[in-house]
Amino acid sequence: MSAVVFARHQITPAERLRDAGWVAFVALILGIPLIGLTTVDAGGSLEVSTRFGLLAACVVAAFGGRLGLRWMIDTMGARKLERQRADTGKSVGISPVKVVNVIGWIALGASIALPIMYSDNRYVVDTATTVLIYVMLGWGLNVVVGLAGLLDLGYVAFYAVGAYSYALLSTQYGWGFWEALPVSGGLAATFGILLGYPILRLRGDYLAIVTLGFGEIIRIILVNWTEFSNGPNGISSIPRPTLFGLEFSRSAAEGEQTFSTFFGIDYSPMHRLIFLYYLILVLALLTHAFVSRLRKLPIGRAWEALREDEIACQAMGMNTTNIKLSAFAIGAMLGGFAGMFFAARQGFISPESFTFTESAIILAIVVLGGMGSQMGVVLAATLLVLIPEFGRNFSEYRMLLFGAAMVLIMVWKPSGLLSHREPTLRLSRGGARNQDALEEAAQ
Amino acid sequence: MSTLLSVCELTMRFGGLTAIDQLSLEVPAGKITGIIGPNGAGKTTLFNCLTGFYKPTTGTLRLNHPTRGELRLESLSSHRVARDAQVVRTFQNIRLFPKMTVLENLIVAQHNVLQRASKFSIAGIFALPVYRKAEGEAMARAETWLRRLKLERLADHAAGDLPYGIQRRIEIARALCVNPVLLCLDEPAAGLNPRESAELNELLLYLCGEMGIAILLIEHDMSVVMNVSDHICVINYGRKIAEGSPEKVQNDPQVIKAYLGEDDEDDADDASGGIAA
Ligand SMILES: Nc1ncnc2c1ncn2[C@@H]1O[C@H](COP(=O)(O)OP(=O)(O)OP(=O)(O)O)[C@@H](O)[C@H]1O
Ligand SMILES: [Mg+2]
Repeated sequence: MSAVVFARHQITPAERLRDAGWVAFVALILGIPLIGLTTVDAGGSLEVSTRFGLLAACVVAAFGGRLGLRWMIDTMGARKLERQRADTGKSVGISPVKVVNVIGWIALGASIALPIMYSDNRYVVDTATTVLIYVMLGWGLNVVVGLAGLLDLGYVAFYAVGAYSYALLSTQYGWGFWEALPVSGGLAATFGILLGYPILRLRGDYLAIVTLGFGEIIRIILVNWTEFSNGPNGISSIPRPTLFGLEFSRSAAEGEQTFSTFFGIDYSPMHRLIFLYYLILVLALLTHAFVSRLRKLPIGRAWEALREDEIACQAMGMNTTNIKLSAFAIGAMLGGFAGMFFAARQGFISPESFTFTESAIILAIVVLGGMGSQMGVVLAATLLVLIPEFGRNFSEYRMLLFGAAMVLIMVWKPSGLLSHREPTLRLSRGGARNQDALEEAAQ
Repeated sequence: MSTLLSVCELTMRFGGLTAIDQLSLEVPAGKITGIIGPNGAGKTTLFNCLTGFYKPTTGTLRLNHPTRGELRLESLSSHRVARDAQVVRTFQNIRLFPKMTVLENLIVAQHNVLQRASKFSIAGIFALPVYRKAEGEAMARAETWLRRLKLERLADHAAGDLPYGIQRRIEIARALCVNPVLLCLDEPAAGLNPRESAELNELLLYLCGEMGIAILLIEHDMSVVMNVSDHICVINYGRKIAEGSPEKVQNDPQVIKAYLGEDDEDDADDASGGIAA
């Protein structure tokens, strides 16, 4: 297999052909059982028949595809190098920060206007709400993975804790959405610290494995502890959030008013959807403001320093235990809020909503967006929710499309869509001075 | 002359290997103490024991802190050595926060002061005056050291992208921002050009002369150690083999032997020349 090269140097046409040849060979070996042989129903009994024509076509496609992919990667790499060479020396025209800021404001405007423009389109509002849930989850996980550099593969556990604590508090004890909000967040944060303690000494792969286990433990407890969580059947009729006591239903409970009667408008089921959309939008924006502010505070800088070099942190007198636990707690709390919103929106939750796949998607959002980048998360969450939606037309090829899109993005931008890091504070305000200084230093 | 740190019969074993063997050493306050020795002598291990990264097998490390009294470094964890005992170190293989800017590196070094002022981040989030004042002071301190180490024009560059010699300087500036009473430098001149090491000499003399910071200096570059150290301790195979003023140590036959190996008797004269260089 070593013949399939990822060489940094310029490769010759012969090498290219050999590389593509190897890939075609692998495709052939895999293809014989997968494509070449098939079973057909011959009047009650199964018979094996061959499809070598199709197999040959697939092998040729693999050969051509590999050749094309290599060529594309190489030319893009070369062009990037050239651009880098051209960039050094002269200062950059438009700063990436400004572009990202402008995109951010446009996205904000669009997200406020969206339910007004699509006020009768249930599908659009629902999908947009899903995007925002993932944006919020991405921002929460960004604290743990993007800033503190602690690879967490079990983030969904905190999402589940938030969802179940609201579901149980509301159905068992009659708590409303707003009273339950701080409690759910607090419980999720407590779980974050509980998970944090045993894994303080772990890093990288080991950390990932333990957090993965933690996510599964929570899910398995929810499945098996029937008296507590109602097991695989889940919890239904979770009350929906109200707007200062106004319900979004056709008829109100005794002594209460509904949203439509209070404002004297006709009842429409869309009101609730639009309200939920704005609710998650506000929660997400608060999350964003909170995390962006923390990043500029000692705690946020400590998280980033921890990601960069834990030993250096200790040598600077920083208590890395507290720093790690605070990252876990805050990340978990934000996940808990998102989970709680999820429960309130669905009205029904079961352990099936909290599988490892969810964790993987949230992590993919953070990595694809560019570790630590807040706007990157928005972009990646939008892509990751919308691509499978658009892919519905392609029915069974949907996930294939999804995978291909992810691979392409990672080939095109290996460090994420928006990987630029903006300093948390600055000494000077001019970029030109810095350029001079660097040249001076290089001499 | 008062003693700041006394290392008493320190031993550090890794399985069967004794990296430090019954080492005793006194570090005077406000002076530069050089530590030299061939590769693998145990110099970095000594620093690791001192700064809480390794727990010594046996022995004591007593620090006479100017305001906090006697502290036993061997019983403190690494972050408390820096925070409470104010013994701060740099690393042989530079350990900066590479993606953060130079200024951010220096601000992170003042984490404890700022974190306390931010009152669990609440005063920080609302930018209350207590926090703003602390942040202003931290910036001022960082700026002072940036200026003193001629780094202010690079303040907003990512630390990891800068040349090696500058990274060494940043690491020293960052350690100074922790406000050390004892500064432990592990080969600060490694990879520096002659002009840069001359500047380093000047900086070290300024730090102990003007600022009163005691310095423990591990160095292979003899032009640095011999010129700035008040006192030198030579280690080989984890044992102290000689101690005294630079002149005394340079002419010590034990030292010459350690640097050249036991068998090369005839090269001994060259050796003393080499060390003095
Ligand atoms: N964590 C460890 N585990 C096992 N052995 C170690 C460990 N740390 C150091 N050693 C060993 O202890 C001995 C002393 O190492 P040390 O790094 O202190 O040498 P040094 O004097 O700093 O050398 P150099 O001049 O090359 O930096 C070496 O033999 C080294 O292999
Ligand atoms: Mg060493």
